[in-house]
Amino acid sequence: MLCDICKKREATVHLTEVINEEVSELHICEECAKDKGAQMYQHFGLADLLSSLADIPHDTAPKKGRINIKCPSCGMSYNDFKKRGRFGCADCYEAFKRALYPLFKKIHGVSYRAGKGPKIAPVAKPAMTKKISRSSAVRENLRELKTSLARAIEVEAFEEAAVLRDKIRALETRNIKADKE
Amino acid sequence: MKFNNLIDRTSEWLKGTGPESDIVISSRIRLARNIVGLKFVDWSDTATKEKVVNISKDAISSSSYMKDSLYVDMSGLSPLDRQLLIERHLISREHAIDAECKTVFISGNEIVSIMVNEEDHLRLQVIQSGLVLNDAWKIMTTIEKDLEKKLKFAFSDEWGYLTACPTNTGTGLRASVMMHLPGIVITSQINNLINALSKLGLTVRGFFGEGTAAAGNFFQISNQVTMGMGEEEIIDNLTRVVRQIVSQERGSRRFLKARKRDIIEDKISRAYATLEAAHIITSSETIDLLSLVRLGIGLGVVKNLDIYKLNKLLMLIQPAHLQKLAGVELSSSERDIKRAELIREKLTV
Repeated sequence: MLCDICKKREATVHLTEVINEEVSELHICEECAKDKGAQMYQHFGLADLLSSLADIPHDTAPKKGRINIKCPSCGMSYNDFKKRGRFGCADCYEAFKRALYPLFKKIHGVSYRAGKGPKIAPVAKPAMTKKISRSSAVRENLRELKTSLARAIEVEAFEEAAVLRDKIRALETRNIKADKE
Repeated sequence: MKFNNLIDRTSEWLKGTGPESDIVISSRIRLARNIVGLKFVDWSDTATKEKVVNISKDAISSSSYMKDSLYVDMSGLSPLDRQLLIERHLISREHAIDAECKTVFISGNEIVSIMVNEEDHLRLQVIQSGLVLNDAWKIMTTIEKDLEKKLKFAFSDEWGYLTACPTNTGTGLRASVMMHLPGIVITSQINNLINALSKLGLTVRGFFGEGTAAAGNFFQISNQVTMGMGEEEIIDNLTRVVRQIVSQERGSRRFLKARKRDIIEDKISRAYATLEAAHIITSSETIDLLSLVRLGIGLGVVKNLDIYKLNKLLMLIQPAHLQKLAGVELSSSERDIKRAELIREKLTV
């Protein structure tokens, strides 16, 4: 087989690329491979590895083909994110949310957080102390429930997830009422 | 502190103090944080980056730990000075490239450094001598609490701290330990160790230079995942694993001393003699030889040097340090001569 690039020498390097389930093959000689070497190496940067991980699987992809979601805050599209392997701003996490569960699972093995959060700054009104501590307890509780919900979804324990979701809703509506009072 | 004083001082993490410091050179904790409401660095314009520089400057300088810290605007540094900071592990390689709106704060003892506008708005680092990840974490939380008084960090209840790269999301924490493992390498157990560590979600890399597999048998071991595990758990896990590796390294050294004494003493003495005699020496050869001498100190074969002096030498023989010491820019071959001169001088003292 002759080299696909120079069409002169025997092809000894065989590359297979799979893009959107389409397989393309490239057969080239060693010399042309060396010339292309620098370029080819570029293809394996962290951004590229991440972008291959960040492909939205079919079941979570938006229906009606390939709609390119955009982050409303910074304008980064999901394709930009895939190309660069970096988010544009903190709100991108919400915008690309559905694709992130499988992505985080691939990178971290799980898709939920653990550990500490930022300290919530205390409010300097002594009279409010009781209420503040109550609402921060609720917030902590909510945080835990949400983490459990993410876990439940991950292991596909949907009944448990439904229970947790209802608890979160109840707690959130109560919290809003309490805030209004 | 002044920039030009750096060269005359020894970084705290090289002092050879702290638990297991004959094998564990240093412990390092890094946190990635972003400020709420501002685009991440790579996706933002100059005005936003300047804003990050200004508000972080205010917050960092008001932290009690960072009082007397050195504030460096990267764009005002020569390539040589940037390289000096890389060699001292105070900034990343990335931070030295395209210095627009990039700054760094360095605490007086060089234990803490905070890079502004690296990949994330803030990259906080605490680095100390020996196996002291817990202590480093304590310092880190103190500083973070100080910063939180002035800055609000991007955080979600679901994902944790929000970072530019999804590999850091969650805790944004990378804990790493730099280890000297000649015993494990000489007894051919290193590949098994690397395989085992990768199964535990830990990464192993060579410590010196870039791309060089593991010059001088210095390795850096760090956590890979930042989600699903809390900060203390990550640190605790790494500490346990490192203790285990330390005992393996000690076991290997005992074996070498008991069973391969002649071979190992020959290697160490030749390494020392070469360092003493050389008039031209490259940095990679130096690192390999210093590694053997360092093992010699551990085994009690080399008596007129201690770990502190050796660690210091490992720092000084690097290209930017050599040139700063010489006070002029040197070509690669001039450096090899200067390096040999410096080593001869330090070994005879």
